[in-house]
Amino acid sequence: MSEAQTPHLAITDLNAWYGESHVLHGITLDVKPGELVTLIGRNGAGKTTTLRSIMGMLKNRKGSVRCLGQETIGLRTYQIARLGLGFCPEDRGIFASLDVQENLMLPPVLKPGGMSEDELFAIFPNLKTRFNSPGTKLSGGEQQMLAIARILRTGASLLLLDEPTEGLAPVIVKQIGRLIGQLKARGFTIILVEQNIQIASQWADRHFVLESGRVVDQVEGGDLTAHMPRLKTYLGV
Amino acid sequence: MDIFGVSPQLLLGQLLLGLINGSFYAMLSLGLAVIFGLMNVVNFAHGAQYMLGAFVAWLLLTMFGVPYWGALVIAPVVIALFGMALERFLLRRLQNEDHLFGLLATYAVALIVEGLVLHGYGSSGLPYTNPIPGGVMLGFMFLPYYRLWVVAISLVLCLGTWLLIERTKLGSYLRAANERSELVEAFGINVPKLVTLTYGFGVGLAALGGVLAAPIYSVSPSMGTNMIVVVFAVVVIGGMGSIAGAIVSGYALGLAEGLTKVFYPAGANMTIFALMILALMIWPSGLFSKAQ
Ligand SMILES: Nc1ncnc2c1ncn2[C@@H]1O[C@H](COP(=O)(O)OP(=O)(O)O)[C@@H](O)[C@H]1O
Ligand SMILES: [Mg+2]
Repeated sequence: MSEAQTPHLAITDLNAWYGESHVLHGITLDVKPGELVTLIGRNGAGKTTTLRSIMGMLKNRKGSVRCLGQETIGLRTYQIARLGLGFCPEDRGIFASLDVQENLMLPPVLKPGGMSEDELFAIFPNLKTRFNSPGTKLSGGEQQMLAIARILRTGASLLLLDEPTEGLAPVIVKQIGRLIGQLKARGFTIILVEQNIQIASQWADRHFVLESGRVVDQVEGGDLTAHMPRLKTYLGV
Repeated sequence: MDIFGVSPQLLLGQLLLGLINGSFYAMLSLGLAVIFGLMNVVNFAHGAQYMLGAFVAWLLLTMFGVPYWGALVIAPVVIALFGMALERFLLRRLQNEDHLFGLLATYAVALIVEGLVLHGYGSSGLPYTNPIPGGVMLGFMFLPYYRLWVVAISLVLCLGTWLLIERTKLGSYLRAANERSELVEAFGINVPKLVTLTYGFGVGLAALGGVLAAPIYSVSPSMGTNMIVVVFAVVVIGGMGSIAGAIVSGYALGLAEGLTKVFYPAGANMTIFALMILALMIWPSGLFSKAQ
Protein backbone atom coordinates (compact mmCIF):
# COMPACT_ATOMS: atom_id res chain seq x y z
CA MET A 1 0.00 0.00 0.00
CA SER A 2 1.40 3.39 -0.85
CA GLU A 3 1.49 6.23 1.68
CA ALA A 4 -1.30 8.08 -0.12
CA GLN A 5 -3.69 5.15 0.12
CA THR A 6 -3.17 4.50 3.83
CA PRO A 7 -5.79 6.51 5.71
CA HIS A 8 -4.38 8.80 8.37
CA LEU A 9 -7.00 7.40 10.71
CA ALA A 10 -9.22 4.40 10.09
CA ILE A 11 -11.92 3.52 12.59
CA THR A 12 -13.73 0.23 12.18
CA ASP A 13 -16.70 -0.95 14.23
CA LEU A 14 -15.77 1.14 17.27
CA ASN A 15 -17.86 0.48 20.37
CA ALA A 16 -17.41 2.40 23.60
CA TRP A 17 -18.96 2.48 27.05
CA TYR A 18 -19.19 4.90 29.97
CA GLY A 19 -19.37 2.38 32.78
CA GLU A 20 -22.37 0.21 31.96
CA SER A 21 -23.79 2.61 29.43
CA HIS A 22 -23.05 1.63 25.81
CA VAL A 23 -22.57 4.91 23.93
CA LEU A 24 -20.85 4.16 20.61
CA HIS A 25 -22.41 1.36 18.55
CA GLY A 26 -20.01 0.40 15.78
CA ILE A 27 -18.59 3.65 14.40
CA THR A 28 -16.77 3.20 11.10
CA LEU A 29 -15.06 6.09 9.36
CA ASP A 30 -11.73 7.05 7.89
CA VAL A 31 -9.75 10.20 7.27
CA LYS A 32 -7.14 10.52 4.54
CA PRO A 33 -3.90 12.41 5.07
CA GLY A 34 -4.52 16.15 4.75
CA GLU A 35 -8.26 15.70 4.70
CA LEU A 36 -10.68 17.66 6.88
CA VAL A 37 -13.75 15.73 7.94
CA THR A 38 -16.45 16.84 10.32
CA LEU A 39 -18.55 14.89 12.78
CA ILE A 40 -21.98 16.42 12.91
CA GLY A 41 -25.16 15.50 14.71
CA ARG A 42 -27.39 16.62 17.51
CA ASN A 43 -26.32 17.00 21.13
CA GLY A 44 -25.71 13.60 22.67
CA ALA A 45 -25.14 11.90 19.31
CA GLY A 46 -21.69 10.71 20.39
CA LYS A 47 -19.32 13.18 18.67
CA THR A 48 -17.31 14.02 21.76
CA THR A 49 -17.28 10.38 22.80
CA THR A 50 -15.90 9.42 19.38
CA LEU A 51 -12.98 11.86 19.76
CA ARG A 52 -12.32 10.74 23.34
CA SER A 53 -12.40 7.11 22.23
CA ILE A 54 -9.89 7.82 19.47
CA MET A 55 -7.60 9.18 22.21
CA GLY A 56 -8.21 6.13 24.38
CA MET A 57 -9.73 8.29 27.10
CA LEU A 58 -12.61 5.83 27.47
CA LYS A 59 -11.19 2.79 29.19
CA ASN A 60 -13.79 0.48 27.71
CA ARG A 61 -13.60 0.54 23.91
CA LYS A 62 -13.67 -2.23 21.33
CA GLY A 63 -13.15 -2.41 17.60
CA SER A 64 -10.26 -0.99 15.64
CA VAL A 65 -8.68 2.45 15.51
CA ARG A 66 -5.67 2.57 13.20
CA CYS A 67 -3.41 5.59 13.01
CA LEU A 68 -1.25 5.54 9.86
CA GLY A 69 -1.82 1.80 9.78
CA GLN A 70 -0.92 1.17 13.42
CA GLU A 71 -3.57 -0.39 15.64
CA THR A 72 -4.13 1.70 18.79
CA ILE A 73 -6.94 -0.15 20.49
CA GLY A 74 -4.63 -1.73 23.07
CA LEU A 75 -2.55 1.39 23.71
CA ARG A 76 -2.73 3.82 26.59
CA THR A 77 -3.79 7.41 25.97
CA TYR A 78 -0.27 8.86 26.14
CA GLN A 79 1.02 6.24 23.69
CA ILE A 80 -1.76 7.11 21.24
CA ALA A 81 -0.98 10.82 21.54
CA ARG A 82 2.66 10.11 20.71
CA LEU A 83 1.64 8.78 17.30
CA GLY A 84 1.09 12.45 16.46
CA LEU A 85 -2.42 13.29 17.61
CA GLY A 86 -3.41 16.68 18.98
CA PHE A 87 -6.60 16.86 21.04
CA CYS A 88 -8.55 20.06 21.71
CA PRO A 89 -11.39 19.26 24.12
CA GLU A 90 -14.89 20.68 23.98
CA ASP A 91 -14.45 22.73 27.18
CA ARG A 92 -10.98 23.88 25.96
CA GLY A 93 -9.22 22.35 28.96
CA ILE A 94 -7.18 25.40 29.97
CA PHE A 95 -5.52 24.77 33.33
CA ALA A 96 -6.30 27.31 36.04
CA SER A 97 -3.13 26.63 38.04
CA LEU A 98 -0.90 27.23 35.00
CA ASP A 99 -0.21 30.61 33.45
CA VAL A 100 -0.65 31.18 29.72
CA GLN A 101 2.96 30.33 28.93
CA GLU A 102 2.82 27.10 30.95
CA ASN A 103 -0.45 26.14 29.30
CA LEU A 104 1.09 26.74 25.88
CA MET A 105 4.25 24.79 26.68
CA LEU A 106 2.56 21.94 28.55
CA PRO A 107 2.13 19.44 25.69
CA PRO A 108 5.54 17.94 24.93
CA VAL A 109 6.87 17.90 21.38
CA LEU A 110 5.83 14.55 19.91
CA LYS A 111 7.29 14.75 16.41
CA PRO A 112 9.50 17.13 14.48
CA GLY A 113 7.79 19.72 12.30
CA GLY A 114 5.65 21.50 14.89
CA MET A 115 5.16 25.26 14.69
CA SER A 116 7.74 27.46 16.35
CA GLU A 117 6.80 29.97 19.02
CA ASP A 118 7.32 32.82 16.55
CA GLU A 119 4.94 31.27 14.06
CA LEU A 120 2.36 30.81 16.81
CA PHE A 121 2.68 34.41 17.96
CA ALA A 122 2.20 35.55 14.37
CA ILE A 123 -1.10 33.67 14.31
CA PHE A 124 -2.09 34.36 17.92
CA PRO A 125 -0.66 37.81 18.79
CA ASN A 126 -2.83 38.10 21.92
CA LEU A 127 -1.20 35.20 23.68
CA LYS A 128 2.18 36.86 24.00
CA THR A 129 0.85 39.90 25.79
CA ARG A 130 -0.94 37.70 28.33
CA PHE A 131 1.95 35.29 28.90
CA ASN A 132 1.99 35.50 32.68
CA SER A 133 -1.74 35.64 33.42
CA PRO A 134 -3.40 32.51 34.75
CA GLY A 135 -4.78 30.54 31.79
CA THR A 136 -8.37 30.84 32.88
CA LYS A 137 -8.18 34.66 33.15
CA LEU A 138 -8.25 34.85 29.34
CA SER A 139 -11.49 35.54 27.49
CA GLY A 140 -13.37 32.57 26.04
CA GLY A 141 -12.00 33.30 22.56
CA GLU A 142 -8.44 33.65 23.79
CA GLN A 143 -8.75 30.40 25.75
CA GLN A 144 -9.91 28.65 22.59
CA MET A 145 -6.95 30.09 20.65
CA LEU A 146 -4.62 28.91 23.40
CA ALA A 147 -6.19 25.44 23.36
CA ILE A 148 -5.52 25.20 19.62
CA ALA A 149 -2.11 26.89 19.71
CA ARG A 150 -0.70 24.46 22.28
CA ILE A 151 -1.34 21.42 20.05
CA LEU A 152 0.25 23.08 17.01
CA ARG A 153 3.63 23.22 18.76
CA THR A 154 3.87 19.49 19.24
CA GLY A 155 4.35 18.26 15.69
CA ALA A 156 1.00 16.44 15.81
CA SER A 157 -0.29 15.96 12.28
CA LEU A 158 -3.81 14.79 13.12
CA LEU A 159 -5.91 17.34 15.01
CA LEU A 160 -9.12 16.49 16.85
CA LEU A 161 -11.06 19.71 17.41
CA ASP A 162 -14.23 19.47 19.49
CA GLU A 163 -16.60 22.38 18.80
CA PRO A 164 -13.95 25.11 18.71
CA THR A 165 -16.50 27.86 18.01
CA GLU A 166 -19.05 26.90 20.66
CA GLY A 167 -20.29 29.84 22.71
CA LEU A 168 -18.01 32.44 21.10
CA ALA A 169 -18.81 35.85 19.60
CA PRO A 170 -19.41 35.96 15.81
CA VAL A 171 -16.17 37.81 15.07
CA ILE A 172 -14.14 35.20 16.98
CA VAL A 173 -16.07 32.42 15.24
CA LYS A 174 -14.98 33.94 11.92
CA GLN A 175 -11.35 34.09 13.09
CA ILE A 176 -11.42 30.47 14.11
CA GLY A 177 -13.03 29.56 10.80
CA ARG A 178 -10.14 31.26 8.95
CA LEU A 179 -7.62 29.56 11.24
CA ILE A 180 -9.05 26.14 10.45
CA GLY A 181 -8.66 26.95 6.75
CA GLN A 182 -5.01 27.90 7.33
CA LEU A 183 -4.38 24.68 9.22
CA LYS A 184 -5.88 22.66 6.42
CA ALA A 185 -3.75 24.53 3.89
CA ARG A 186 -0.66 23.66 5.96
CA GLY A 187 -1.45 20.00 5.49
CA PHE A 188 -2.89 19.04 8.87
CA THR A 189 -5.37 16.18 8.88
CA ILE A 190 -8.36 17.39 10.89
CA ILE A 191 -11.41 15.83 12.50
CA LEU A 192 -13.69 18.69 13.40
CA VAL A 193 -16.81 18.49 15.53
CA GLU A 194 -18.86 21.54 14.68
CA GLN A 195 -22.47 22.64 15.14
CA ASN A 196 -21.97 25.88 13.23
CA ILE A 197 -22.96 24.82 9.73
CA GLN A 198 -21.12 27.71 8.11
CA ILE A 199 -17.86 26.73 9.70
CA ALA A 200 -18.53 23.01 9.24
CA SER A 201 -19.11 23.31 5.52
CA GLN A 202 -16.47 25.97 4.79
CA TRP A 203 -13.43 23.71 4.50
CA ALA A 204 -14.68 20.16 4.97
CA ASP A 205 -13.98 17.42 2.45
CA ARG A 206 -16.58 15.12 3.98
CA HIS A 207 -19.12 15.14 6.77
CA PHE A 208 -19.98 12.11 8.90
CA VAL A 209 -23.40 12.35 10.43
CA LEU A 210 -23.76 10.73 13.86
CA GLU A 211 -26.95 9.73 15.59
CA SER A 212 -27.23 7.69 18.81
CA GLY A 213 -23.63 6.56 18.57
CA ARG A 214 -23.81 5.43 14.93
CA VAL A 215 -22.69 6.93 11.62
CA VAL A 216 -26.01 7.30 9.82
CA ASP A 217 -24.91 9.25 6.76
CA GLN A 218 -21.89 10.60 4.95
CA VAL A 219 -22.07 13.82 2.95
CA GLU A 220 -19.46 15.06 0.48
CA GLY A 221 -18.22 18.52 1.39
CA GLY A 222 -17.69 19.85 -2.12
CA ASP A 223 -21.13 20.86 -3.25
CA LEU A 224 -22.58 22.67 -0.30
CA THR A 225 -25.78 24.03 -1.68
CA ALA A 226 -26.99 20.63 -2.83
CA HIS A 227 -26.57 19.12 0.62
CA MET A 228 -27.50 22.07 2.80
CA PRO A 229 -31.11 20.98 3.44
CA ARG A 230 -29.92 17.47 4.38
CA LEU A 231 -27.20 18.81 6.70
CA LYS A 232 -29.69 21.13 8.33
CA THR A 233 -32.11 18.36 9.23
CA TYR A 234 -29.30 16.37 10.86
CA LEU A 235 -28.20 19.33 12.89
CA GLY A 236 -31.78 20.08 13.85
CA VAL A 237 -31.61 23.69 12.71
CA MET B 1 11.09 40.00 82.99
CA ASP B 2 7.93 38.02 82.46
CA ILE B 3 5.58 37.95 79.48
CA PHE B 4 1.96 37.50 80.61
CA GLY B 5 3.32 35.93 83.77
CA VAL B 6 5.52 33.49 81.89
CA SER B 7 9.31 33.53 81.84
CA PRO B 8 10.89 34.20 78.44
CA GLN B 9 12.98 31.04 78.87
CA LEU B 10 9.88 28.91 79.07
CA LEU B 11 8.16 30.74 76.24
CA LEU B 12 11.11 30.61 73.84
CA GLY B 13 11.89 27.04 74.82
CA GLN B 14 8.38 25.91 73.97
CA LEU B 15 8.34 27.93 70.76
CA LEU B 16 11.54 26.18 69.70
CA LEU B 17 10.01 22.80 70.50
CA GLY B 18 6.95 23.89 68.55
CA LEU B 19 9.13 24.87 65.62
CA ILE B 20 10.79 21.44 65.63
CA ASN B 21 7.49 19.59 65.83
CA GLY B 22 6.23 21.97 63.14
CA SER B 23 9.17 20.98 60.92
CA PHE B 24 8.00 17.37 61.02
CA TYR B 25 4.35 18.33 60.56
CA ALA B 26 5.27 20.43 57.52
CA MET B 27 7.40 17.73 55.85
CA LEU B 28 4.82 15.03 56.43
CA SER B 29 1.75 17.04 55.48
CA LEU B 30 3.61 18.24 52.38
CA GLY B 31 4.05 14.65 51.22
CA LEU B 32 0.43 13.83 51.99
CA ALA B 33 -0.74 16.91 50.10
CA VAL B 34 1.37 16.09 47.03
CA ILE B 35 0.00 12.54 46.96
CA PHE B 36 -3.58 13.58 47.58
CA GLY B 37 -3.44 16.34 44.95
CA LEU B 38 -2.47 14.00 42.14
CA MET B 39 -3.98 10.68 43.17
CA ASN B 40 -6.94 11.62 45.37
CA VAL B 41 -5.64 8.99 47.75
CA VAL B 42 -5.52 9.76 51.46
CA ASN B 43 -2.28 7.96 52.19
CA PHE B 44 -2.93 6.35 55.55
CA ALA B 45 0.40 4.52 55.26
CA HIS B 46 2.23 7.85 55.63
CA GLY B 47 2.84 7.40 59.36
CA ALA B 48 4.12 3.87 58.87
CA GLN B 49 6.42 5.07 56.09
CA TYR B 50 7.77 7.77 58.41
CA MET B 51 8.32 5.12 61.11
CA LEU B 52 10.05 2.88 58.55
CA GLY B 53 12.46 5.72 57.78
CA ALA B 54 13.53 5.87 61.43
CA PHE B 55 13.54 2.10 61.75
CA VAL B 56 15.60 1.46 58.61
CA ALA B 57 18.08 4.11 59.79
CA TRP B 58 18.36 2.24 63.09
CA LEU B 59 18.78 -1.11 61.28
CA LEU B 60 21.43 0.36 58.99
CA LEU B 61 23.36 1.66 61.98
CA THR B 62 23.11 -1.38 64.25
CA MET B 63 23.32 -4.14 61.62
CA PHE B 64 25.56 -2.65 58.96
CA GLY B 65 27.31 0.16 60.74
CA VAL B 66 25.98 2.69 58.23
CA PRO B 67 26.16 6.09 59.97
CA TYR B 68 23.38 8.66 60.14
CA TRP B 69 24.53 10.57 57.05
CA GLY B 70 24.41 7.42 54.93
CA ALA B 71 21.01 6.47 56.32
CA LEU B 72 19.72 9.93 55.49
CA VAL B 73 20.10 9.04 51.81
CA ILE B 74 19.69 5.26 51.78
CA ALA B 75 16.58 4.88 53.95
CA PRO B 76 14.37 7.34 52.01
CA VAL B 77 15.44 5.84 48.67
CA VAL B 78 14.73 2.27 49.81
CA ILE B 79 11.36 3.19 51.29
CA ALA B 80 10.43 5.31 48.26
CA LEU B 81 11.10 2.24 46.07
CA PHE B 82 8.88 0.19 48.36
CA GLY B 83 6.23 2.92 48.02
CA MET B 84 6.50 2.91 44.22
CA ALA B 85 5.97 -0.85 44.18
CA LEU B 86 2.94 -0.36 46.43
CA GLU B 87 1.54 2.23 43.99
CA ARG B 88 2.28 0.13 40.94
CA PHE B 89 0.81 -3.14 42.18
CA LEU B 90 -1.91 -2.09 44.62
CA LEU B 91 -3.01 1.55 44.40
CA ARG B 92 -3.05 1.67 40.59
CA ARG B 93 -5.60 -1.14 40.52
CA LEU B 94 -7.87 0.91 42.76
CA GLN B 95 -7.59 4.21 40.93
CA ASN B 96 -10.94 3.92 39.16
CA GLU B 97 -12.77 2.77 42.29
CA ASP B 98 -14.18 4.82 45.15
CA HIS B 99 -11.45 6.83 46.92
CA LEU B 100 -12.37 5.04 50.11
CA PHE B 101 -10.65 1.92 48.76
CA GLY B 102 -7.30 3.70 48.47
CA LEU B 103 -7.67 4.91 52.04
CA LEU B 104 -8.54 1.42 53.30
CA ALA B 105 -5.72 -0.21 51.34
CA THR B 106 -3.08 2.20 52.66
CA TYR B 107 -4.47 1.84 56.17
CA ALA B 108 -4.13 -1.94 55.90
CA VAL B 109 -0.53 -1.52 54.70
CA ALA B 110 0.17 0.71 57.70
CA LEU B 111 -1.21 -1.87 60.13
CA ILE B 112 0.77 -4.69 58.51
CA VAL B 113 4.04 -2.74 58.48
CA GLU B 114 3.61 -1.62 62.08
CA GLY B 115 2.60 -5.13 63.11
CA LEU B 116 5.69 -6.63 61.52
CA VAL B 117 8.05 -4.16 63.18
CA LEU B 118 6.30 -4.65 66.50
CA HIS B 119 6.54 -8.42 66.18
CA GLY B 120 10.20 -8.32 65.22
CA TYR B 121 11.53 -5.65 67.56
CA GLY B 122 8.98 -5.02 70.30
CA SER B 123 7.22 -1.87 71.31
CA SER B 124 9.89 -0.25 73.47
CA GLY B 125 11.75 2.61 71.84
CA LEU B 126 15.07 1.82 70.20
CA PRO B 127 17.72 4.44 70.96
CA TYR B 128 19.48 6.25 68.12
CA THR B 129 22.65 8.19 68.87
CA ASN B 130 22.59 11.90 68.16
CA PRO B 131 24.96 12.43 65.20
CA ILE B 132 25.54 16.12 66.03
CA PRO B 133 25.98 16.33 69.80
CA GLY B 134 26.44 19.60 71.59
CA GLY B 135 24.77 22.91 71.17
CA VAL B 136 24.99 26.59 71.72
CA MET B 137 24.01 28.64 74.74
CA LEU B 138 21.79 31.47 73.60
CA GLY B 139 21.72 33.23 76.96
CA PHE B 140 18.10 32.46 77.66
CA MET B 141 18.25 28.82 76.59
CA PHE B 142 20.40 25.98 75.30
CA LEU B 143 19.92 25.19 71.61
CA PRO B 144 21.08 21.69 70.56
CA TYR B 145 22.83 21.69 67.19
CA TYR B 146 20.84 18.69 66.01
CA ARG B 147 17.53 20.52 66.41
CA LEU B 148 18.90 23.47 64.51
CA TRP B 149 19.86 21.07 61.71
CA VAL B 150 16.35 19.56 61.64
CA VAL B 151 14.71 22.97 61.38
CA ALA B 152 17.11 24.03 58.63
CA ILE B 153 16.81 20.92 56.47
CA SER B 154 13.04 20.88 56.85
CA LEU B 155 12.88 24.48 55.63
CA VAL B 156 15.15 23.68 52.68
CA LEU B 157 13.10 20.60 51.72
CA CYS B 158 9.77 22.38 51.99
CA LEU B 159 10.95 25.40 50.03
CA GLY B 160 12.66 23.18 47.45
CA THR B 161 9.54 21.11 46.93
CA TRP B 162 7.41 24.22 46.62
CA LEU B 163 9.78 25.66 43.99
CA LEU B 164 9.86 22.34 42.13
CA ILE B 165 6.09 22.25 41.90
CA GLU B 166 5.39 25.94 41.28
CA ARG B 167 8.35 26.95 39.15
CA THR B 168 9.50 24.06 36.96
CA LYS B 169 8.28 22.28 33.87
CA LEU B 170 7.88 19.03 35.79
CA GLY B 171 5.87 20.95 38.37
CA SER B 172 3.58 22.28 35.65
CA TYR B 173 2.85 18.67 34.60
CA LEU B 174 2.00 17.88 38.19
CA ARG B 175 -0.23 20.92 38.67
CA ALA B 176 -2.04 20.25 35.40
CA ALA B 177 -2.47 16.57 36.27
CA ASN B 178 -3.89 17.58 39.67
CA GLU B 179 -6.61 19.39 37.74
CA ARG B 180 -7.23 16.91 34.91
CA SER B 181 -4.88 13.99 34.57
CA GLU B 182 -6.68 12.42 31.60
CA LEU B 183 -6.18 15.56 29.50
CA VAL B 184 -2.50 15.76 30.47
CA GLU B 185 -2.14 12.17 29.33
CA ALA B 186 -3.90 13.02 26.05
CA PHE B 187 -1.00 15.40 25.34
CA GLY B 188 1.38 12.46 25.37
CA ILE B 189 2.66 12.73 28.94
CA ASN B 190 3.23 9.41 30.69
CA VAL B 191 0.83 10.07 33.56
CA PRO B 192 1.04 6.57 35.09
CA LYS B 193 4.79 7.09 35.52
CA LEU B 194 4.20 10.58 36.93
CA VAL B 195 1.83 9.08 39.51
CA THR B 196 4.32 6.39 40.54
CA LEU B 197 7.14 8.92 40.89
CA THR B 198 4.95 11.34 42.82
CA TYR B 199 3.87 8.68 45.27
CA GLY B 200 7.50 7.62 45.64
CA PHE B 201 8.49 11.24 46.30
CA GLY B 202 5.84 11.70 49.00
CA VAL B 203 6.80 8.42 50.65
CA GLY B 204 10.50 9.27 50.44
CA LEU B 205 9.80 12.60 52.15
CA ALA B 206 7.98 10.79 54.97
CA ALA B 207 10.88 8.36 55.36
CA LEU B 208 13.38 11.23 55.40
CA GLY B 209 11.29 12.79 58.17
CA GLY B 210 11.58 9.50 60.01
CA VAL B 211 15.39 9.43 59.76
CA LEU B 212 15.52 13.02 61.01
CA ALA B 213 13.23 12.08 63.89
CA ALA B 214 15.22 9.02 65.00
CA PRO B 215 17.76 10.90 67.20
CA ILE B 216 15.03 13.13 68.71
CA TYR B 217 12.12 10.81 69.41
CA SER B 218 12.90 7.17 70.13
CA VAL B 219 12.41 4.69 67.29
CA SER B 220 9.26 2.68 67.93
CA PRO B 221 6.55 0.98 65.83
CA SER B 222 3.90 3.41 67.05
CA MET B 223 5.85 6.64 66.45
CA GLY B 224 4.13 7.10 63.08
CA THR B 225 0.61 6.59 64.38
CA ASN B 226 1.04 9.33 66.96
CA MET B 227 2.44 11.70 64.39
CA ILE B 228 0.04 10.98 61.57
CA VAL B 229 -3.14 11.83 63.44
CA VAL B 230 -1.82 15.34 63.99
CA VAL B 231 -0.58 15.58 60.41
CA PHE B 232 -4.00 14.75 59.01
CA ALA B 233 -5.42 17.64 60.99
CA VAL B 234 -2.67 19.88 59.57
CA VAL B 235 -3.54 18.82 56.01
CA VAL B 236 -7.22 19.44 56.57
CA ILE B 237 -6.52 22.92 57.92
CA GLY B 238 -4.16 23.75 55.04
CA GLY B 239 -6.62 22.49 52.44
CA MET B 240 -6.32 18.97 51.06
CA GLY B 241 -3.82 18.96 48.24
CA SER B 242 -2.56 22.53 48.77
CA ILE B 243 1.24 22.55 48.83
CA ALA B 244 1.72 25.99 50.37
CA GLY B 245 -1.14 25.32 52.77
CA ALA B 246 0.45 22.11 54.03
CA ILE B 247 3.80 23.80 54.66
CA VAL B 248 2.50 26.95 56.31
CA SER B 249 -0.06 25.22 58.50
CA GLY B 250 2.54 22.59 59.48
CA TYR B 251 4.84 25.20 61.00
CA ALA B 252 2.00 27.35 62.31
CA LEU B 253 0.34 24.48 64.15
CA GLY B 254 3.63 23.32 65.63
CA LEU B 255 4.11 26.83 67.04
CA ALA B 256 0.48 27.03 68.19
CA GLU B 257 0.91 23.75 70.01
CA GLY B 258 4.07 25.08 71.68
CA LEU B 259 2.31 28.23 72.82
CA THR B 260 -0.55 26.24 74.31
CA LYS B 261 1.96 24.25 76.33
CA VAL B 262 3.08 27.50 77.95
CA PHE B 263 -0.27 29.09 78.63
CA TYR B 264 -2.59 26.11 79.01
CA PRO B 265 -0.52 22.93 79.28
CA ALA B 266 -3.53 20.66 79.77
CA GLY B 267 -4.93 21.76 76.39
CA ALA B 268 -1.76 21.20 74.36
CA ASN B 269 -2.77 17.85 72.94
CA MET B 270 -6.10 19.04 71.70
CA THR B 271 -5.16 22.48 70.36
CA ILE B 272 -4.57 21.27 66.82
CA PHE B 273 -7.85 19.39 66.70
CA ALA B 274 -9.78 22.32 68.12
CA LEU B 275 -8.18 24.50 65.43
CA MET B 276 -9.08 21.90 62.81
CA ILE B 277 -12.75 22.01 63.77
CA LEU B 278 -12.67 25.79 63.82
CA ALA B 279 -11.02 25.91 60.39
CA LEU B 280 -13.52 23.44 58.97
CA MET B 281 -16.38 25.59 60.20
CA ILE B 282 -14.97 28.80 58.73
CA TRP B 283 -13.31 27.52 55.54
CA PRO B 284 -14.85 24.11 54.82
CA SER B 285 -12.43 23.37 51.98
CA GLY B 286 -9.30 24.50 53.82
CA LEU B 287 -7.44 27.71 54.45
CA PHE B 288 -5.36 27.64 51.27
CA SER B 289 -7.57 25.80 48.82
CA LYS B 290 -8.24 27.67 45.62
CA ALA B 291 -11.88 28.29 44.93
CA GLN B 292 -12.72 26.20 41.89
N1 LIG C 1 -19.21 11.01 31.33
C1 LIG C 1 -20.31 10.40 30.84
N2 LIG C 1 -20.90 9.40 31.52
C2 LIG C 1 -21.99 8.78 31.04
N3 LIG C 1 -22.58 9.08 29.87
C3 LIG C 1 -22.05 10.07 29.14
C4 LIG C 1 -20.88 10.78 29.58
N4 LIG C 1 -20.58 11.71 28.66
C5 LIG C 1 -21.50 11.58 27.69
N5 LIG C 1 -22.39 10.60 27.97
C6 LIG C 1 -23.52 10.17 27.14
O1 LIG C 1 -23.01 9.70 25.92
C7 LIG C 1 -23.81 10.12 24.84
C8 LIG C 1 -22.95 10.83 23.83
O2 LIG C 1 -22.46 12.03 24.40
P1 LIG C 1 -21.43 12.98 23.66
O3 LIG C 1 -20.43 12.14 23.01
O4 LIG C 1 -20.97 13.97 24.65
O5 LIG C 1 -22.37 13.66 22.58
P2 LIG C 1 -22.09 14.91 21.63
O6 LIG C 1 -20.67 15.32 21.77
O7 LIG C 1 -22.42 14.43 20.28
O8 LIG C 1 -23.03 15.98 22.08
C9 LIG C 1 -24.92 10.97 25.44
O9 LIG C 1 -26.07 10.17 25.56
C10 LIG C 1 -24.41 11.35 26.78
O10 LIG C 1 -25.46 11.49 27.69
MG1 LIG D 1 -19.91 17.12 22.45
